[in-house]
Amino acid sequence: MNTRQSAGTAEATRTTYREALREGLREALRQDDRVFLMGEDVGRYGGCFGVSLGLLEEFGPDRIRDTPLSESAFVGAGIGAALGGMRPVVEIMTVNFSLLALDQIMNNAATLLHMSGGQLNVPIVIRMTTGAGRQLAAQHSHSLEGWYAHIPGIRVLTPATLDDARHMLAAALADPDPVLLFEHGSLYNAEGVLDGTIDAVGLDSASVRRPGTDVSVITYGGSLPKALAAAETLAEDGISAEVVDLRSLRPLDDATVLESVARTHRAVIVDEGWRSGSISAEVMARITEQSFYELDAPLRRVCSQEVPMPYARQLEEAALPQPASIVAAARKAVA
Amino acid sequence: MPSLGADMDEGTLVEWLVTRGAEVARGDVIAVVETAKSTIEVECFESGTVTEFLIEPGTTVAVGTPLAVIAPAGPTPAPGPPVPLPVPAEAVPAEAVPATPLVRHQAAVEGVSLQAVHGTGRGGRIRRADVAEAARSGPARVIASPLARRLAESLGVDLSTVRGTGSRGAVKADDVRAAAGTGGGKPARRGAVGEPAGPRPAATQTPAARPAGDRLAIARLMSRAKREIPHYYLSTTVDLAAALEWMHRRNSTLPVTERLVPAALLLKAVARAAREVPELNGHWREDRFVPAAGVRLGTAVSLRGGGLVAPALADVDRMPLADVMAAMKDLVLRARRGRLRASETADPTLTVTNLGDQGVESVLGVIYPPQVAMVGLGRVTDRPVAVDGMLAVHPTVTATLSADHRASDGATGARFLTALDRLLQHPEDL
Repeated sequence: MNTRQSAGTAEATRTTYREALREGLREALRQDDRVFLMGEDVGRYGGCFGVSLGLLEEFGPDRIRDTPLSESAFVGAGIGAALGGMRPVVEIMTVNFSLLALDQIMNNAATLLHMSGGQLNVPIVIRMTTGAGRQLAAQHSHSLEGWYAHIPGIRVLTPATLDDARHMLAAALADPDPVLLFEHGSLYNAEGVLDGTIDAVGLDSASVRRPGTDVSVITYGGSLPKALAAAETLAEDGISAEVVDLRSLRPLDDATVLESVARTHRAVIVDEGWRSGSISAEVMARITEQSFYELDAPLRRVCSQEVPMPYARQLEEAALPQPASIVAAARKAVA
Repeated sequence: MPSLGADMDEGTLVEWLVTRGAEVARGDVIAVVETAKSTIEVECFESGTVTEFLIEPGTTVAVGTPLAVIAPAGPTPAPGPPVPLPVPAEAVPAEAVPATPLVRHQAAVEGVSLQAVHGTGRGGRIRRADVAEAARSGPARVIASPLARRLAESLGVDLSTVRGTGSRGAVKADDVRAAAGTGGGKPARRGAVGEPAGPRPAATQTPAARPAGDRLAIARLMSRAKREIPHYYLSTTVDLAAALEWMHRRNSTLPVTERLVPAALLLKAVARAAREVPELNGHWREDRFVPAAGVRLGTAVSLRGGGLVAPALADVDRMPLADVMAAMKDLVLRARRGRLRASETADPTLTVTNLGDQGVESVLGVIYPPQVAMVGLGRVTDRPVAVDGMLAVHPTVTATLSADHRASDGATGARFLTALDRLLQHPEDL
């Protein structure tokens, strides 16, 4: 991960993932007049998940814009604004509703640069909540970031740490092409200490969040805390797990993944998406394509059960990757 | 199917020398088995009545596969038939394989076992394409991780000899490292650990495929020796004037059939020297030297059709010279006829290779694992030697010792060659 250290005396501050995102938005709005935020309930309500709370008061209704309930319309408007020279940040309440804007994202945002022969780039940032775990049942619990990672022409980011929540937006806005930012719903309340010495992050590389020697646990987004918890449990058994945070699902940083596998010779991919045709399958394929002769055990993965997400808490927990299932898969890999 | 040598994985039953219902005693020759190297008479290791033949002649089975059931003799009903390790036998008589003669011929040429070929023709018939496919994909597949395969290649480890500890018995990188490291001495197959070799598919070898099998068995064993054994070499030239003079004097009083040849004296002297220096007489097993109780002298015999075997002569050190001579003649004759006994192929404790009759001056041999030494004897020939300050021409022989530096040091080897020299100066005491 390319980070830029600040020269001044920065101090570590205690914050949450939600506040870190808000701070990133606030900074972007302050630094560039072309930046504005729009989406459902982002203004007066402060955002469905409270990310933009207080920004309307601070920046006014021109720059914090509530939109009608039409994802296709306001994502399309965002693309138009981007084509017109603005730097829109469009918030889609959740990934589930993004399906209504899929045509705008896939057929307009992702393609215009190519179809215009390089004349029209679309500098839009689309933020959305993803993931399950909050008893929101089958229509509000998807993890479709892996789907979006299938589409050439866009960048797909999955901030999982406070530092990434704080700084990825700036890097995304600096990108001249469309960027999708997936914020896992279970992370908003995650509390921690923001590293005050970092004032920028890169988007191109994955990051080793915990070094280890026996097995690589490769994951992203909302599954990162689970993978780290699993690594802790495994360490008690003397199994040293290396946890890799992909950070970006498109482009995928093969190098960091392959270097990790070259160290550990075993890998478990953790992905909240459904197993078939998932981003975990893509990661596995790339490992076998490029590092087959490093492998000392079959690759394993922990994904969501291939069912519409249940509402009942116990069933939902059973359907999702959990630290225990990650531990079990890692144990099998090193057995 | 008994193991008739450290390098034997399977054998073909050639014929039964007893009939069903026959009373057999321990030590009786009951069957003839063909290995990759030669044809061997199998001695029965139980006494009783042969009640059932489990394997038809012409069938190749893995070592450890039961061949027959022998009901114990005597009134006491034993709990079960005394049979070797229950290895799943995939033995199928050759006739049971659905293949045309043309396909059989092709399989023989390609060295492919038809039993192991999956037939894709009508009714599971094996077609020529199936044999070609099997020939391309090679012999029994070893399940190993990609990393283990890469390591095995770079460390020079034969994966088929590594015991896998992964799921489904897969060989993992650590297994290869263990086999290549100091633990490389353990032959990870069967034997020492008492573990049956994995169910290897039985293979029927046709005569046409034989030479390849021969060569392969030697190749495997010798590669293993050079890979695992740090050899050191010593040599000394022994003055045989006294020994040969004594021998000629003795021979002149005997009928031709009972006369000695120098090789008999040398063999006896080697056996005696081995008794004196027990550090060279035994086996290297599981990272340590295990001395042998007696001297079983392996005598390398080259075969007319190429290749070699090293059957063992037991207790040569305690045998009168006349008996050594007789045993030696008998052994070479039977080895070349391909009729060795199982007891003669069981692990020798020290091997002698004598290339004197091939005209070479000395031979530095490769040790047969798990033995720890090999004695080489060159041609007995007249050479100028210094005797009491004068130049004389005496019959001499160059004796060499290849020894395993893990098991012994040069000083030990030197003691052996010195003892051999001393013994040959007093032939009357041999």
